[in-house]
Amino acid sequence: MFDVAVIGGGVVGGLLLRKLSSYNLKVCLLEKENDVAMGQSKANSGIVHAGFDAKPNSLKAKFNVLGNKMMKGVAEELGVKYSNNGSLVVAFSEEEIETLKDLKQRGEQNGVDGLEIVYGDDLFALEPNLSKTAVAGLLARTGGIICPYELTISAIGNAMDNGAELFTNFEVVKIEKGDCYTLYSSNGEQISAKVVVNCAGAGSQKIANLVGDYSFEIGLRRGEYILLDKESGNFVSRTLFFTPTKKGKGILVSPTADGNLLLGPTADEVLENVTDTTKDGLESVMVKAKQMCDKVPLYNAITSFSGVRAYSDKHDFIIEESKQNKGFILVAGIESPGLTSAPAIAEYVVDELISKLLRLNKKEDFNPIRKPDYFFSRLSIEEKNEIIKANPSYGRIICRCEQITEGEIIRALTENPKASDLDGVKRRTRAGMGRCQGGFCQPYVAEIIAKVKGVSLGEITKKGKNSTLLVGKTK
Amino acid sequence: MRNCDIVIIGGGPAGLAAAVSAYDNGCKDILILERDDILGGILNQCIHNGFGLTRFKESMTGPEYAQRFITEVKNRNIPVKLNTTVLSLTNDKIVTAINDVDGVFQVKAKAVILAMGCRERSKGALNIAGARPAGIYSAGTAQKFVNCKGWLPGKNVVILGSGDIGLIMARRMTLEGAKVHAVCEIMPHSSGLKRNIVQCLNDFDIPLYLSHTITRIDGKDRVIGVEISQVDQNRRAIKGTEKYIKCDTVLFSVGLIPENELSKGAGVELSLGTKGAVVYQNRETSLSGVFACGNVLQVHDLVDFVSEESELAGKSASDYVLNGEKIKNSIDCQAKDGVSYVLPQKIDTLKSGDVTLYFRVKGVYKNCKVVVKDGENTLLSIKKRIVAPGEMERVILKEDKIKSLSSSVQVSVEVD
Ligand SMILES: Cc1cc2nc3c(=O)[nH]c(=O)nc-3n(C[C@H](O)[C@H](O)[C@H](O)COP(=O)(O)OP(=O)(O)OC[C@H]3O[C@@H](n4cnc5c(N)ncnc54)[C@H](O)[C@@H]3O)c2cc1C
Ligand SMILES: Cc1cc2nc3c(=O)[nH]c(=O)nc-3n(C[C@H](O)[C@H](O)[C@H](O)COP(=O)(O)OP(=O)(O)OC[C@H]3O[C@@H](n4cnc5c(N)ncnc54)[C@H](O)[C@@H]3O)c2cc1C
Repeated sequence: MFDVAVIGGGVVGGLLLRKLSSYNLKVCLLEKENDVAMGQSKANSGIVHAGFDAKPNSLKAKFNVLGNKMMKGVAEELGVKYSNNGSLVVAFSEEEIETLKDLKQRGEQNGVDGLEIVYGDDLFALEPNLSKTAVAGLLARTGGIICPYELTISAIGNAMDNGAELFTNFEVVKIEKGDCYTLYSSNGEQISAKVVVNCAGAGSQKIANLVGDYSFEIGLRRGEYILLDKESGNFVSRTLFFTPTKKGKGILVSPTADGNLLLGPTADEVLENVTDTTKDGLESVMVKAKQMCDKVPLYNAITSFSGVRAYSDKHDFIIEESKQNKGFILVAGIESPGLTSAPAIAEYVVDELISKLLRLNKKEDFNPIRKPDYFFSRLSIEEKNEIIKANPSYGRIICRCEQITEGEIIRALTENPKASDLDGVKRRTRAGMGRCQGGFCQPYVAEIIAKVKGVSLGEITKKGKNSTLLVGKTK
Repeated sequence: MRNCDIVIIGGGPAGLAAAVSAYDNGCKDILILERDDILGGILNQCIHNGFGLTRFKESMTGPEYAQRFITEVKNRNIPVKLNTTVLSLTNDKIVTAINDVDGVFQVKAKAVILAMGCRERSKGALNIAGARPAGIYSAGTAQKFVNCKGWLPGKNVVILGSGDIGLIMARRMTLEGAKVHAVCEIMPHSSGLKRNIVQCLNDFDIPLYLSHTITRIDGKDRVIGVEISQVDQNRRAIKGTEKYIKCDTVLFSVGLIPENELSKGAGVELSLGTKGAVVYQNRETSLSGVFACGNVLQVHDLVDFVSEESELAGKSASDYVLNGEKIKNSIDCQAKDGVSYVLPQKIDTLKSGDVTLYFRVKGVYKNCKVVVKDGENTLLSIKKRIVAPGEMERVILKEDKIKSLSSSVQVSVEVD
């Protein structure tokens, strides 16, 4: 019997699990996919929003501003790449300048520090590659960027190091309510827990329905992106947004925490949670990116992808106990700025909701630190050599584009939460994420996975289930 | 930090030939750094025949061709470090590399030869719409799985790109029992060698769709099909021409990119045309004492020419070490009408000897003339029955012409 079962291995469920693991509780995380960070937390813009966008007094505004303040500390503890690069909402007309003024005011009301509107030459001094048709920008100094899946994986790994359990390939399809909750997976496994937290993103409405809660509906909106080579990572320094208009928010042009340049996302209502990209979507990303920065180096594209936002009909976060189900907590409709808000949401859920249901005692030996191994390429020569001496596999480069060593890959396969497929290794180490997109290292990474898991190459998958890489031996 | 006369980055055919030539021209203190666990580079996965026809007048497999040069390197006892990846190169020729025995180490070189080869352009660069399931490979990755690891990546295959690797993999997959349903080529002509189209597609009845591209990839876990479309002159898909082909595998053979990250890091000037270094006829780059050869300099179709070019680079590096830097008088070489690039990009008129100009044309031209000019002055005009982008062209400028160059050398194709 678990004290708390968290459904959904995204950034919200992940940071919540970590927070829970700092108490003397038996906790677990249930994730339907082969790995964690497979939903919205895998494919988003990775922006740590300042907080001027959300409506004052909304949950979004509250948790965004709080989460923004917490993010640097969380990232440091978990060894996740984060940068306080600042953001800039760009105006291209007098009318849009008025909107910037409104945004600034709204931000100040929400408690955002350091907002300033810059004009003309000052603007281009900040961002020389901005199109010359820009006239002003709202500078938000507290804006930042973070790697969202790294944050999710590290948070869950840290929670597991502190005793939490993870069940992947556990799709919750049935929930029985008695003295406690019993959760059943599609494979027929079951676990029971006193308290359940529904952090299932796009699946959160279905989960709520399983316990007879029909209080909200989830809609899906896809966002498509194009990612450019690290060579273009310095093309802009800040995250550039268009000024929101009645027609929507437009896309952003931003460096990523890993040093690439990201363009997107589009916004299209979709009926299914499918992350295909479309011709029209990618076209429109290119067109808009050129409006923002006419010299944007589109020829440097290395991949395109999409993520599907799960928003609720309440148009605000839903963070509350289900009305008809004591001990069943909803954390749903966590759309943007959900990544930014996640650390603050996790605190709130534990401190304000779970504390009323369970007795919380701090774990004395809780260790909030997860050592960042992924920065091997950033270490000094002396530091690297010390590691290689102890473990020669760190002297063997497997991914040439990102300079990732065998040691890092083995570590991703053996430390919490263990990667078990190519994409899992990729998200943990960046092997295969560079300019050749795994063209060179894929066979080697597959071999290392096979060796560590003790299986044949034919069993290695890209992302679990039926995604095997190879169909059989040659003649 | 240890010192070394010549450090060669990459132990493929380019690095090997450069090493042998540098040694034979008098410089004996050489070190080859190779990240793989064997020498020979990309040739190790090319188990088909067709290598060496020009140079040795016999048809060999890739590994056999490589072996000839490996033996030459061994005979001279030229030191090689395998499993060693070069991480960076500085403009004062300090090479930083890593392996599991020495850890991270640095070598200060008098001369450096860049011989890192090239990588395949990835699917991601094309922004093709659709899903990202398993079953999408670059042709070279598939080749590695099949030829080096003994595993077949798929049974029903569509190939995008009719470059040589795509063509060769069409045949290879067929021989391994897979069905290749189509090879799509966005251009109205193939970028591969003529002989490969005949031997790899025609002989196996594999359809080649010219002016076609893949417009969508279908499948969640594993590829289940692709949509292909015809394209117009601007290479944009024509609505209404979509055709769906069921398959479990898509191979991309959409071009090779010289692997010049190290060169860029050192500040070597690169050419937009070749994506390789800008070089003089002796293969010296804009950084004095740094030379480049093989696929890192320009993508070759035939390894025979890689060997030839690399011998030149090896000799030049040896001269540089033994005789020091010389003053140059530099003349630019430019690609004009119908020509996509010319190499070398610069000619030093103070150097002796003839200069071979290598170039590629932009399209297929029949009954044309290749014209080389010095400003307004025509140096050469050579009739050609046919030229195509798939085959590298070359013309020789004689020493006397080099000495009297005054403006800039321009190469163009003229069609009557
Ligand atoms: C295109 C896009 C751009 C965004 N940009 C930003 C941004 O720049 N800044 C920002 O702050 N926020 C951004 N967001 C929002 C942010 O990504 C989300 O708020 C955040 O990732 C939500 O995390 P989550 O854990 O709630 O959901 P998810 O990451 O979606 O996690 C839910 C998990 O639940 C699992 N699950 C679903 N059903 C079941 C079931 N039945 N059983 C078991 N498991 C189940 C899913 O597989 C999934 O792993 C963006 C979102 C999108 C889509
Ligand atoms: C599929 C295919 C089919 C071909 N078919 C034919 C044919 O039929 N006939 C023919 O004549 N030619 C053919 N070729 C062309 C020929 O193989 C190439 O032109 C030749 O291999 C290029 O030699 P190279 O040494 O420049 O590059 P490569 O062979 O690529 O060698 C480069 C070497 O550098 C190493 N390296 C790169 N970066 C680093 C670093 N940072 N540190 C250390 N080492 C590094 C690499 O590991 C590699 O070993 C074919 C090529 C391919 C890919």
